[in-house]
Amino acid sequence: MIAEPFAVGRSPIHRMDPRPRVVLATVFSFLAALSNGIPTLAGGLAFSVILVAAARLDMGLLVRRLLPLWGFLLLLWLVLPLTHKGETLYTIGPLPATREGLLLSARITLKSHAILLAFTAWVATMSFVTLGHALNRLRAPEKIVHLLLLTYRYIFVLEEEYGRLLRAARLRGFQPGTNLHTYRTYAYLIGMLFLRAADRAQRVHRAMQCRGFQGKFYSLYRFRAAPSDWIGGAAMTVAMIGLVYLEWKCRNLS
Amino acid sequence: MPQPVITLKGISFTYPGGKTALDRIDLTFYEGERIGLLGPNGSGKTTLFHIIMGLLQPTSGAMAFFGNPLKDPRDFKTIYRQIGLLFQDADDQLFCPSVLEDVAFGPLNMGASREEAIRIARETLAHLGLEGFEDRFPHHLSGGEKRFVSLATVLAMSPRALLLDEPTTGLDAQTRTRLIDVLKGLDLSYLIISHDMAFLAEITDKVYAMEKGRLYTEEKVRLHRHVHAHPHGAHPHEHR
Ligand SMILES: Nc1ncnc2c1ncn2[C@@H]1O[C@H](COP(=O)(O)OP(=O)(O)O)[C@@H](O)[C@H]1O
Ligand SMILES: [Mg+2]
Repeated sequence: MIAEPFAVGRSPIHRMDPRPRVVLATVFSFLAALSNGIPTLAGGLAFSVILVAAARLDMGLLVRRLLPLWGFLLLLWLVLPLTHKGETLYTIGPLPATREGLLLSARITLKSHAILLAFTAWVATMSFVTLGHALNRLRAPEKIVHLLLLTYRYIFVLEEEYGRLLRAARLRGFQPGTNLHTYRTYAYLIGMLFLRAADRAQRVHRAMQCRGFQGKFYSLYRFRAAPSDWIGGAAMTVAMIGLVYLEWKCRNLS
Repeated sequence: MPQPVITLKGISFTYPGGKTALDRIDLTFYEGERIGLLGPNGSGKTTLFHIIMGLLQPTSGAMAFFGNPLKDPRDFKTIYRQIGLLFQDADDQLFCPSVLEDVAFGPLNMGASREEAIRIARETLAHLGLEGFEDRFPHHLSGGEKRFVSLATVLAMSPRALLLDEPTTGLDAQTRTRLIDVLKGLDLSYLIISHDMAFLAEITDKVYAMEKGRLYTEEKVRLHRHVHAHPHGAHPHEHR
């Protein structure tokens, strides 16, 4: 089973035609990934926060999804300012923290949040079968669709299995600490995780085959671009054009 | 003369790791037959079902469906229209965000229109007493409900025969009784893997046994009817 907690809902975003959602999410990700201006990235983040609000996502769940990213970013903020070359802003002990390093950390933080939040709001709000169908309809190559969907499915499966294994370990009195036993336990857990996830994904795939799945996804729901979709899509496009303009301004200034 | 649904001749299967799971299996399963399959864990029962469905390719041996020998593995692509497999773990079988979508997945793949698929799904759910479950999230169903929804996903494809892999595992007494009633009411041939003797005695006509990859279909394998005197008939309880 695939847990898709964000896929069920009745928000305006959930009701929007899946095809423009996939397209907008893709364009936005490229935009955010390629932009460098802090104002552009801040604008992008604000935009994705508005999307998250519009999709009425469960905040607790969203925070849990973001936790791994935060862990990674924390490490980045600790390391990058001290290791990146550039103008020294302050020193921590013998180590100089650079302006460039701080800016880079800020950029990565803004980018990753903007992309992740926008994707969650636009794409995680549809079921994986709907996503497959939308990609089919957008004439994405079948191989790419499968690759994307399998990755997407593995992530959910991995997450679920990891929770299960960790619970089992805790029930047997496992207390994480900074010692060899902890590291070894985590290594075992991760090894088991991959084994189990692969097994499970294989079984789900077999179940799909038994039900006649031959590579094409069909959806029960007809995709229909309602007038509100055009308006919403146009507003989102305008917002993204605004971001492109901001980025253009930023580049001309510097 | 009843038609053979499945004919297996000398089917062997070895897992990539080197573990021989099936050893020269001969089996003829006729239309109208209701057969139980008993055997210890690891004896190859699930593997046998997966071989029949074409999910695994036998290392050697020959198979035929409805009298047509299988020449090309691609012929398997249509087996799912004839034979339905209920997986051992219902969690593997349900992957859609709503019960209705899950049950309609098979019919849609078989070329049904949206309207038809929805109609078939609703009818199948109603037949199993699952009205009102259409919009439920399969993840949040109880074990018994998951089992029945899984059965619905299989029956929605109107198969001619069923393969059921340990369908009563994890069910409470009441749900188990409901499953027995449903299976008795189906006009289908089936092969059922189960450790539940009383269940097999009630819904199958004969029982085959598996052990270490071998299938025993001789009369040697006779199921003793598991009859009990119940002094407290009104109180449901479990036997271990
Ligand atoms: N994916 C696999 N890879 C390797 N060995 C397997 C795999 N699945 C099952 N086996 C082995 O094959 C044998 C038969 O398994 P299975 O068909 O699941 O038995 P049963 O359903 O009767 O309990 C077991 O010994 C099991 O360990
Ligand atoms: Mg089994």
